[in-house]
Amino acid sequence: MPQPETTAPAAPAAAPPPGSAPDVIHNIGYRHYDGPRLGRAYVRRSLFAQSLRGAYGLGRSARSKVLPMILVGVMCAPALVVVAVAVATKMNKLPLEYTGYAIYLQAVIGLYVASQAPQAVSTDLRFRTVTLYFSRPIERFDYVAAKYAALSAAVFLLNAVPLLILYVGALLAKMPIGAQTLGLAKGLVGTALMSLLLSGLGLVVAAATPRRGFGVAGIIALFTFSYAAVGTVQSIALMQDRTPITPWLGLLSPTTLLDGVQVWLLDVASAHAQEFAPTGAAVGAVGVLLLLGTVAGCFGLLMRRYRKVGLS
Amino acid sequence: MRRGGRPYGRSVTVIATESLTMRYPRVTALDRLTLDVAPGVVGLVGANGAGKSTLIKILLGLLPATEGRASVLGLDVATEGPGIRERVGYMPEHDCLPPDVTATEFVVHMARMSGLPPAAARERAADTLRHVGLYEERYRPVGGYSTGMKQRVKLAQALVHDPQLVLLDEPTNGLDPVGRDEMLGLIRRVWTDFGISVLVTSHLLGELERTCDHVVVVDGGRLLRSSSTADFTRTTASLAVEVTDSDRHPDGAAALLRALDGAGARARAEGRLLLVDMPDERVCDTVRDAVAGLGLGLVRMEQRRHGIAEVFRPGDADTPAATADPAGTGPAAPAGPDVSRKEGDGDAAA
Repeated sequence: MPQPETTAPAAPAAAPPPGSAPDVIHNIGYRHYDGPRLGRAYVRRSLFAQSLRGAYGLGRSARSKVLPMILVGVMCAPALVVVAVAVATKMNKLPLEYTGYAIYLQAVIGLYVASQAPQAVSTDLRFRTVTLYFSRPIERFDYVAAKYAALSAAVFLLNAVPLLILYVGALLAKMPIGAQTLGLAKGLVGTALMSLLLSGLGLVVAAATPRRGFGVAGIIALFTFSYAAVGTVQSIALMQDRTPITPWLGLLSPTTLLDGVQVWLLDVASAHAQEFAPTGAAVGAVGVLLLLGTVAGCFGLLMRRYRKVGLS
Repeated sequence: MRRGGRPYGRSVTVIATESLTMRYPRVTALDRLTLDVAPGVVGLVGANGAGKSTLIKILLGLLPATEGRASVLGLDVATEGPGIRERVGYMPEHDCLPPDVTATEFVVHMARMSGLPPAAARERAADTLRHVGLYEERYRPVGGYSTGMKQRVKLAQALVHDPQLVLLDEPTNGLDPVGRDEMLGLIRRVWTDFGISVLVTSHLLGELERTCDHVVVVDGGRLLRSSSTADFTRTTASLAVEVTDSDRHPDGAAALLRALDGAGARARAEGRLLLVDMPDERVCDTVRDAVAGLGLGLVRMEQRRHGIAEVFRPGDADTPAATADPAGTGPAAPAGPDVSRKEGDGDAAA
């Protein structure tokens, strides 16, 4: 008979008899779970929700909430100032485009990605919690997709909230509602593209190392150096009168790439100075392909990264 | 309540492998391993690098074997990995807990990662943590836990989705003797109280004998021995006897040894102790009568099970347990897949 003997004195499933001492609680016995076991889609959603909350420090220690919340504040502050000025001076147009907001505040967004991408993946690697995920019904794709989507959503929210503040402020200042709504929609599309691009790059760097500090430094380096390098090389190209290549150089850093894509795809003004702007139909089309290719490439690299990691 | 109603509750085989081989470029981790493991607590013993962890990863369907076949709960590891991982719990050897979350949060999350709906996940996590012996401390971050408490959280996450089998990789690693005993007791309860079959690995032969119904010994990826613990500890059970000396018998132990020889009992001296082979209960009477006849004081008389380690000691080849001794049969002998337990045997060690 395969059924084991029970050592619990009472029938295990039975409730403890009334009036029994509180210590009897230990004798409730083991209860089996006969309820539903939901599939991979549920597991993916759960991991997505947990990671998204974690990206703002929710469900984590108080200390983990500090930096994300400060960055949210820093992201919203300029929008509030713009709105206040716009309402007070009765402007009929916002002093900046919705699509430009992320580019003006790219340092803040970069810092957010640099701090939260390692939190999303390095801790699981460092403390080897990934082993526990992959010993469950969850597959590599579920894990990578949930983490990528969660960080993208977190970055999206980080920029979407100030855009909404701008929009509400613009309506309060009685600016034309149609134009503002269109501007907001374009801004949100641009934000979505940016979120996918920056999250992908951030996660690839962060997942490469179980050391969180290396991840943070690597992401900051990637974002700032590429931006600075593109600006410098563009300046040199301008000085040497090689203007035709300056827009193409803009494809080489995430922020300028995004700018170029927004200019071409969404028909908005570049957030960069005229001579540096990655404009032109060919540049824009290549930029869109490059952006989508980068996102797909990042996903592929993450899938590759986790191929053996569950076995450690 | 018990597993009788479930499709796997009646399966006689929890784990079956057939010529399972795993070759890495430089090393053969598993070498034609054939096993047949029945429900219960099964110990997998081997030195570090004997292939235990490799076997577990293959059984979880995470690592494709080079050759051979294996099934867990009737599911093929090569094709039905997700199904296996839904029904099996795994406690890794290494640390796997993030330090900045509480045990409750962590186990709830892991329950959801096994597909349990949110409310059920919370309820199961609370239950499971209580069963492994974590009470108020489960609301504190795991980073501040002792090794013993961390091991309990690791066990809880392996049990939280109510699996039909748990694979425990070196669960007593790093624990002090008391913590080790508690963990082994807990593992025993996973089967006796929870009805969940257990495969537990260890590099210490001795600690598994009290816990396991069966022990599988692997070395260099090969099956060295596989049989019921009761089989080879019971046959070597002995009675430890200590007596006083008297004026007539200045060496009481030696006098008793002679007397027992005369009475037909096999005994040997070990310091001041006499170890009397104990094929059955009547030996106790023989010893009592012999001691009384000599007029000695009986200081102690206790039944002692030989450790598995003793059974495997080469010097013991001449004891009556020689049939159960691999030193005699040797690793070259075709150790058969002999783990299948006798009906009703499961309660013997409980």
